[in-house]
Amino acid sequence: MLNLEHLSKTYADGTRALSDINLLVQEGEIVSLIGGSGCGKTTLLRLIAGLDRASAGRISLDDEVLSGPHPAVGIVFQEPRLLPWLSVADNIAFGLDGVNAAEKKARVAYALDKIGLSEHADRWPRDLSGGQQQRVSIARAFVTNPKVLLLDEPFSALDAFTRASLHEHLLGLWEETRPTVVLVTHDVQEAVTLADRAIVMQPKPGRIFDELPLTLSRPRDKAGLPFETSVRRILTALDHSLKAPQLQPQRERDRQAAALWW
Amino acid sequence: MTGQATTPIASQAWSSHEGAAALAAPASTEKRRAFDWRVLLGLFLPIAVALLWEAAVHFGLAQGRLVPPPSRILATLWGLAVTGELWTHTWMTLWRVLVGFVIGAVAGIVIGALSGSSKTIRQLLDPTLQALRAIPSIAWVPLFILWLGIFEASKVALIAVGVFFPVYLGIAGAILSVDRKLVEVGHVFRLSRIQLARRILLPAVLPEAVTSLRSGLGLGFMFVVAAEFMGASEGLGYLLVDGQQMGKPDQILAAIIAFALVGKIADSLLVAGTKPLVRWQDTVRERL
Repeated sequence: MLNLEHLSKTYADGTRALSDINLLVQEGEIVSLIGGSGCGKTTLLRLIAGLDRASAGRISLDDEVLSGPHPAVGIVFQEPRLLPWLSVADNIAFGLDGVNAAEKKARVAYALDKIGLSEHADRWPRDLSGGQQQRVSIARAFVTNPKVLLLDEPFSALDAFTRASLHEHLLGLWEETRPTVVLVTHDVQEAVTLADRAIVMQPKPGRIFDELPLTLSRPRDKAGLPFETSVRRILTALDHSLKAPQLQPQRERDRQAAALWW
Repeated sequence: MTGQATTPIASQAWSSHEGAAALAAPASTEKRRAFDWRVLLGLFLPIAVALLWEAAVHFGLAQGRLVPPPSRILATLWGLAVTGELWTHTWMTLWRVLVGFVIGAVAGIVIGALSGSSKTIRQLLDPTLQALRAIPSIAWVPLFILWLGIFEASKVALIAVGVFFPVYLGIAGAILSVDRKLVEVGHVFRLSRIQLARRILLPAVLPEAVTSLRSGLGLGFMFVVAAEFMGASEGLGYLLVDGQQMGKPDQILAAIIAFALVGKIADSLLVAGTKPLVRWQDTVRERL
């Protein structure tokens, strides 16, 4: 169980990226953080990954406070971030340092098979397409069997076909060990395809605006009515989240009207 | 290729792309194997000029005393090789470059690595080194002769200084420009400082390190000439000075050709020796 309590992040220049985030993610749950740009989704993920430090609040995983990169937390970045000097297999094995050679080999081979790149094991990352590279990156995170997997818009740079196939790969890998997944995305369809719950965020400062449970059965039928309804609900919530600060100018106008009345 | 056939069903949407990649691979290796005859185009100009000059001297259109024809240069080179003189001089020059290069490169790598990885050390050393770099290396010659004598030590020191700066700058710059995103991957997998240096920083700086070593080696050859000008009884640089004083332009040109060959061979050896380290690089230029 991943627990975020009163999490805030203020950058050195005074920008408030996140303010008072409270979120409880159940074990094995897939939560999607969704929102416009600049609402602190990626910042929140970097805090959980231990790459940045929170200004206030705490993050705990099963009663253990996280204060830096943790072996049970894996992350897939927006870009594949493969190490160009390692073969595909060695990239996947990068996080398996303490594991003995035979098991390492077996786990890498299994992961390669899972993502359908077995025949590319000995190639360089440069020989792979963008979608293949991202698959390797996902395998690299999964192969260490993390309890929490963080995904930072991992499919945003890919075309629609690739994205759909990667969603399947991801769910296939997730089924095996059922880690807790926090997925940052700005693609509503993607959130409804993958997540059990959508957290809609709001910018300036980044905070949680609304939570929508997505209780559709898996595998999800993207053409079905429930899917459409969920997408529409999230879009409506997103719309509200962006309009909410507009209340301020409205009040301003009322005051001006009042002034005119005088 | 079997890529397409063995692609698991799970990645059906991708099979065509993978197939394309698999098919593309042998095509590109074939292209690399096929000899490109246009490479020989580069030989046309020098050979044409050499033949024209040879003909001009042969038919009495030019005297060829100060600019000897190719045949005479080659004959001189051959003569030097037969008497063994050429090898003595070449070995002497190579030995000086090698010792100077090793000293300069090791110092450049060590200090460059320190300065690149620690801000404190950088702030301590870099301003001084940059100031020293602004001094033309040849300007050290009189001082080195006073300090180290007129024999090998001063020559090697000059070469080492020449090699040091490009290597130092290259290594420190390469470390500073390592992609933060890859370093973060190391952080995510909780690498210690030493592991981070070994598994991410070292491989990441290798291509630039090789480039800086190559420019260091090039400068090493430049400074060996300067060093041998300032008084030597052996070495290709000595052949140059001797050729000037004795009025033998063919000997000067023979020494220049020897320099070109030796320099190119040394550079090729360096590139070949470091090639396995930077095989993974995704660059257009396979060789330079």
